[in-house]
Amino acid sequence: MLEISKLKKSFGRSTVINDVSFTVQENEVVALLGPNGAGKTTLINLISGHLRPDSGRIMLNGKEITHAPPHVRIARGIARNFQITHLFEELTVLDNVRNCIFSVQGKLGRFFKPAGAYKEATEEAMEILATFSIDHLAPELGANLSEGDKKVLDTAMAFALKSKFLLLDEPTSGVATSDKFKVMDTIIAAIRKRGTATLIIEHDMDIVSDYSQRVLVLAEGVILANGEPEQVMNHKRVKETLFGVFE
Amino acid sequence: MGLIYTLNGLYFAAFLFLTSLGLNIILGVMGILNLAHGSLYAVGGFVAAFLIGLMAGGPIALTIPAAFLAAIAIAAAVGFVLETTLLKHMYSRALEYQLLITFGILMFVEDAIKLVFGGESIYASAPMDGMGAMNIMGHTYPKYYLFVMLMALLAGACIWWLMAKTRLGIMLRAIEMDRDMAHAMGIPMRKLSIFAFALGAGLAGLAGAMVVPTTPAVLGMGMDPLIMAFIVVVVGGLGSLKGALLGSVIVGLTRSFTIAYYAEMEMPLLFLIAVTILVARPQGLFGQS
Amino acid sequence: MKYYLLNPKAAAYLVALILLLLLPQFVSGYHITQVQIGLAMGILALGLNLLLRYTGVLSFGHGAYFASGAYAVGLLNMYFPEHFSFELSILAALVVSVIVSAIFGFVCVRHTKVFFSILTLALSMLLFAILEKAYHFTGGSDGIRIPMPTFFGHEFEMRKYPFLIGPYYYIVVGVFSAAVLTMLAIVNSPFGKALQATRDNEVRAEMIGIRVKRHRWYAFVISGGFAGLGAAVWSFSAGHITPEISMWVFSGEIVYMVLLGGFMIYEGPIVGAILFTYLNLYAKATTEYWMLIMGATLVTLVMVLPGGITGGISSLYTLLKPKKS
Repeated sequence: MLEISKLKKSFGRSTVINDVSFTVQENEVVALLGPNGAGKTTLINLISGHLRPDSGRIMLNGKEITHAPPHVRIARGIARNFQITHLFEELTVLDNVRNCIFSVQGKLGRFFKPAGAYKEATEEAMEILATFSIDHLAPELGANLSEGDKKVLDTAMAFALKSKFLLLDEPTSGVATSDKFKVMDTIIAAIRKRGTATLIIEHDMDIVSDYSQRVLVLAEGVILANGEPEQVMNHKRVKETLFGVFE
Repeated sequence: MGLIYTLNGLYFAAFLFLTSLGLNIILGVMGILNLAHGSLYAVGGFVAAFLIGLMAGGPIALTIPAAFLAAIAIAAAVGFVLETTLLKHMYSRALEYQLLITFGILMFVEDAIKLVFGGESIYASAPMDGMGAMNIMGHTYPKYYLFVMLMALLAGACIWWLMAKTRLGIMLRAIEMDRDMAHAMGIPMRKLSIFAFALGAGLAGLAGAMVVPTTPAVLGMGMDPLIMAFIVVVVGGLGSLKGALLGSVIVGLTRSFTIAYYAEMEMPLLFLIAVTILVARPQGLFGQS
Repeated sequence: MKYYLLNPKAAAYLVALILLLLLPQFVSGYHITQVQIGLAMGILALGLNLLLRYTGVLSFGHGAYFASGAYAVGLLNMYFPEHFSFELSILAALVVSVIVSAIFGFVCVRHTKVFFSILTLALSMLLFAILEKAYHFTGGSDGIRIPMPTFFGHEFEMRKYPFLIGPYYYIVVGVFSAAVLTMLAIVNSPFGKALQATRDNEVRAEMIGIRVKRHRWYAFVISGGFAGLGAAVWSFSAGHITPEISMWVFSGEIVYMVLLGGFMIYEGPIVGAILFTYLNLYAKATTEYWMLIMGATLVTLVMVLPGGITGGISSLYTLLKPKKS
C-alpha cells in the first residue's frame, strides 16, 4: 500500500527525518510512537504533501508521490487529520465536512448552485457527522465548538475524504479522558468497515496496544523498532527512549 | 549632461530617502502602512513655506534652520496627536482598518491644511535664491540642491546612529523583529510606538520643508511623494536603512534619466520595477526575508 | 431555482427590487442618476467583497479592474464608434477586466496579508501610469467621453439626461439585480464554500484537496469581472472617464464603501456603495472642506462602527431581540 524508502528531511542544519524506510500493508493499522521532537508529525507532513522531502521516495499503490502536490495525493487516496485542530472556523460544521465531500466528488469548482442544494453530498456529510456523534452540531460554526468536539470534527474531516490510506496525528489529544476510548472505538470501527490502511500517532500505550497491529518507533529521525506491539514494547532501546526505563 | 542627470537623480534620491525613511520606520516598528505619510510631508511643507514667507528679507542662515526645525516639530506633533488618539487602537486590528484609518487621516489632514493655511499656493524660494548657484564642469547648478543632498545624508547618519548605537534604537529594532517577544521582554511599547510615529512624521515634515524652496507649497503636494516613497520601500526592502538609501538612489536615478530621455516612461517604469521586485523578492532588494 | 424561492431572503429581495423599479415615481431625476451610480458602484463593491470577506485578502488596487472595464467601453467608442452599443460595451468591459485581473491576479495570489495589498496597489498604479502616459492611445489625463449607446440595435431618440433617468435607469437596475443574484449564488456554491475554507485555514484547505492559489486566482478574476461590469454601467452615467479611477485613492474609496456598508454581511457593500455616493455628494455640495467630512466619517467608522451600517443594525437587532431563556 504505502512504501517509504530512505526518506530524509532537514530544516536548516537540523535533520529531522534521517533515512526512514517502512511499509504499511492494506487493512493494516500501524501505530507510530516516539518521544516529542522525534519527527513524527514531520513524517506525516511529508507523506501528506504538506512538506517535501530532501531525498528518498514515497510510493502509494506502486505509484510514486514523493513530490506530488497535496491535491494529487488526496485524489490517489491519502487523507490526514491534524494534531492541533485545523478547521474552517467561520464555516458551519456541516460545511467543514461537506467541503471534503465536494473535494472527493471533484465539485469544488462548481459555481451557481448553492452547496445546500447538493443533496447527496449533504446527506453523506451528515452521515459522517452522525458516525462521530456530532451531527447535532451541524449548523454551528466551527469556532463555537468545544475543544473536544473540534478535535472530533478534525478527524471526521479526514474520514470524509474517503481515503485508502489515513494518517492520524493524535486523534484523541484534547478529547476528554472519559471519551477517549469511545472516540477511538468510533475511529477504528470506521477504519475496519472501509478497510482503510492507517498510520496513527498516539501517546497512550493502552490505545496503542488495543488498536494497532504493528508499531513503529521513531527517535531522533530514525526508525528504532518495527514489529508487533508486545515485541516492540519490550525492546530495550525502546524502553529507554519512550519510557525512560533503563535495565 | 550625464553628470547633471546623475546629480539631479541624487537630488531626487535625497528627498525620496527622507520621505521613505519615515514611512519605513512606521511600517517596520508599527506594522502599519501609513497612507497619511504624504499629508505629514505636506504639513512640513506648508509650515516651512509659511515661516520662510514671514521671515522674508532675513538672513537665510537663520531662516533655513528656523523653518526646517519648525516643520519637523509641527509634523512630529501632529504625528504624536494621531498616534495617541487614533493609531494606538489599531495595532491589533485587521489590515483593512489599519489602512483605512490612515486613509481617513489623509483626507482629514489635507483639508485641515487648507483650513489653516488657506487654499492658495505659498511660494518660498528665498533660501534657494539666497544660496545662489555654482559651476560644476561648465554647468551652473543650484547650491541648494547640493545642500539638500547633504541634509539627507546627515539625517540618514543620525537615524543610523540612533538605530545602531543607542538603547532606544536597539529596542525599536527588537519591536521590528518580533512585537510579541519585545512586549514580553518588558520593552515600553507604548512610549516607543509614539516615538517611532512622531519620528517618522518629523522626517516626513523635514522632507516637505526642504522641497518648498524649489516648488511652492500646494494642496495635495504630498500625494506623489507618498507613492514614490512607497516604491522606495518596496524596492529597498522593509526595515532596512541601507535598503532605503540604495532604493532611493535607484529610484532617483531612474527618474532623472527617464525624464531626460523618455519622460513618458518615468512612472510606468518605476511601477514596473516595484511590481517586478514585489513578485520576485517581496522582502525587497535589501530586506531580510 | 426552488432553493431561492424557499430562501427567506427572497421576499426581501423582491420588495427591494419593486422599490427600485418604482423609485422614479417618487424622487426627482437628480436622485435617479445618483442611485444609478450607487448601484453601479454596488456591483464593484460586491466584487471587492468577494476578495475581502470570502477570500480573506484586501485588494487596495481594485480601481485597476474598474478602469479596465471603463476604458474598454471608452476605447470601443473611440476606435469603433460604429459598433458602439450597450451590449458590446458590457461584453468588452467584462472581457478586458477579466483579462487584466487574470494577469494581475496571477502574481497577486502568491501573497496574502499586507503584501497582497501592496502588490495590488502597485499594479493599479502601473495601469494608472500607462493610461495617463499613453495619451495618444487613451487620451491621457483628459480621459475619454462616453456618449449614449445603442441598445440591441435600438437607438433612443432622446437627449442624454432623459435617457439616463428613463430607460437607462431600468437597464442599470436589471444588470445590478443579475449581478447581486450571481454573486449570491457564487458565495453559496461549493466554489464559494471552498474559497471561504482557504480564508479560514489555508493549510487545511490544501489538505482536503483545494488548490488554494488557483482557487484564490479564480476569485480574483471573478472579482475583477464584477469591477469591470460595474465600471461599464457606471461609465454611461458618468459620461466621461479619466485615468484617476485606476489611482490608489479611488481604490481606497472602494474599500471605504465596503466598510461603510459592512463587509461581514452579503448585502453590506451594496448599502455602502449607495450611502457612499450620497455622502460624497452631500459633503461636496455642502462645504469646500468635504474631505474633512469624508475623512472624519471614515475615522469614526473605523473606531466605533467596524461592522459598518449593516453590521451596526444587525448587532443592534441582536441586542434588542428578546433572549431565549
